[in-house]
Amino acid sequence: MNRTKPRLWPWHLALLLGVFGLWQALTSSGVLPEFFFGQPTKVLLKVAQWILGGEIYPHLAVTLVETLLAFALGTALGLVVGLWLGLMPTASALAEPYITAANSMPRVVLAPIFAVWFGLGIWSKVALGVTLVFFIVFFNVYQGVREVDPVILANARMLGASRRQLVRHVYLPSATSWVFSSLHTSVGMAFVGAVVGEYLGSARGVGYLILQAEGAFEINTVFAGILVLTGCALLLDALVNLLERRLLTWRPSRDGAATTRD
Amino acid sequence: MSVPALCLQDVTCRFAGRGLSAQPYTAVEGVRLSVEAGEFLSVVGPTGCGKSTLLNMAAGLLQPSAGTVQVDGRPLSGINRRAGYLFQSDALLPWRNARANVATGLDFRGIAPAEARAQAQRWLERVGLGRAGERFPHQLSGGMRKRVALAQMLILNPALLLMDEPFSALDVQTRQHMENELLAIWQADRKAVLFITHDLEEAIALSDRVVVLSAGPASRVVGEFLIDLPRPRDVAEIRLTSTFLDLHRKIWGALRAEVMKAHEQNQA
Ligand SMILES: Nc1ncnc2c1ncn2[C@@H]1O[C@H](COP(=O)(O)OP(=O)(O)OP(=O)(O)O)[C@@H](O)[C@H]1O
Ligand SMILES: [Mg+2]
Repeated sequence: MNRTKPRLWPWHLALLLGVFGLWQALTSSGVLPEFFFGQPTKVLLKVAQWILGGEIYPHLAVTLVETLLAFALGTALGLVVGLWLGLMPTASALAEPYITAANSMPRVVLAPIFAVWFGLGIWSKVALGVTLVFFIVFFNVYQGVREVDPVILANARMLGASRRQLVRHVYLPSATSWVFSSLHTSVGMAFVGAVVGEYLGSARGVGYLILQAEGAFEINTVFAGILVLTGCALLLDALVNLLERRLLTWRPSRDGAATTRD
Repeated sequence: MSVPALCLQDVTCRFAGRGLSAQPYTAVEGVRLSVEAGEFLSVVGPTGCGKSTLLNMAAGLLQPSAGTVQVDGRPLSGINRRAGYLFQSDALLPWRNARANVATGLDFRGIAPAEARAQAQRWLERVGLGRAGERFPHQLSGGMRKRVALAQMLILNPALLLMDEPFSALDVQTRQHMENELLAIWQADRKAVLFITHDLEEAIALSDRVVVLSAGPASRVVGEFLIDLPRPRDVAEIRLTSTFLDLHRKIWGALRAEVMKAHEQNQA
């Protein structure tokens, strides 16, 4: 059932061009000082230079590798620990105050510690990303395990499921749908971990480029870096969407009003 | 007489109270009920009287606070492995398509996937859903989901069927079709059935015996009626016979008072 969506993209484009146009007008007319606010044409020129000149690729590759590693490790760890604690009421009761404390701690301050532990290479950034991703996934899985429909559980037990089969065939799939609702946030967080890590100390990556540009007061380059990062974040989000559609075919589609459960 | 397939001996079920007024709630008290081998027994009673609670105890999902449950003469501990349970609410695994749902129990038993799929397909065809195997539960109608659940239970060939208002959400035509279908399946190998319903006509049309429960709290058995209608039956036609109407009048006399009581309690 393809509902014909109103065509919004011309408006989206118009809005984008409008904002850039306004920015350009304000900075070139001198209302806003170009030194602090940059200029869109120069920002775009920088991005084009990076892409065509190939200067950006090694940095982008490093940032993406850090992001993907943090994302994969954090998700796997969150899934395993979430499942485990969700299924162990005693252990979870014991761990709960510490989990809450760890989660409310501003984890970005761990970056220097990770730099000391793991050096200035990619692993200190991965570690920072993992701490950010882990909690998001963990809390979702934990919640998912505890909110499995008791009737579905009872049914599986009546059909002869062993404890292990319950985990594999009921808890895990149920938790997976919760994990996916958190993947969009966590992929963004993995990205934040990588860039912030680079920003705080590194010799490579887009965060490093931005730091360098800031040091040299090249505001246009800073904006160009931000633009590239945003583009990458959008790309990763689209990737998660694709994955979600492949793995969660059993769920009523979000925009398919025709297929909701009664 | 042989041992009953299921025997509830003076079972009581008390639920711990929730919240501030932490008074325990006694759902059923001292219920004695047995289902003979090959018997189709229905339990009727007003809403909220504890019918599902009784069934959960028979399934081993709920431990009675007092009394014992016996299966084939042996006391039950843990899940009742001889029973199949058709739940009152949707209980299909939402992440498995219809065929995989029907095959679930076989998968748990370690049957080879190809064999399990083939058997599941045969059962889907028996419940009239041969072409819906690829669909996920949310893509099926309520009636179709009930039929998938029925196949999911029957594929394991349980000796005792526990059914909790399985047809109450269906329209009249589908319902009568399913009732006849169930009777045909039951007639073939005469399993013991404990069937819960709030529909007295359905209870009489299907059963060998009908048990009436009182309104809660502390619900108990207040009447027991033998249904001596000839078999095989057609559920639509049998409703028109005079024996049926006599039975209906007699049992309704016992049930009506309880329904009224439950209604007044809910109003209060
Ligand atoms: N887990 C529970 N905790 C507390 N009270 C419960 C619990 N489960 C059931 N009850 C109460 O026990 C009573 C019997 O519930 P039950 O579900 O067995 O009723 P029922 O006869 O199946 O009703 P219906 O015909 O509406 O399905 C109800 O009053 C209900 O509120
Ligand atoms: Mg019920």
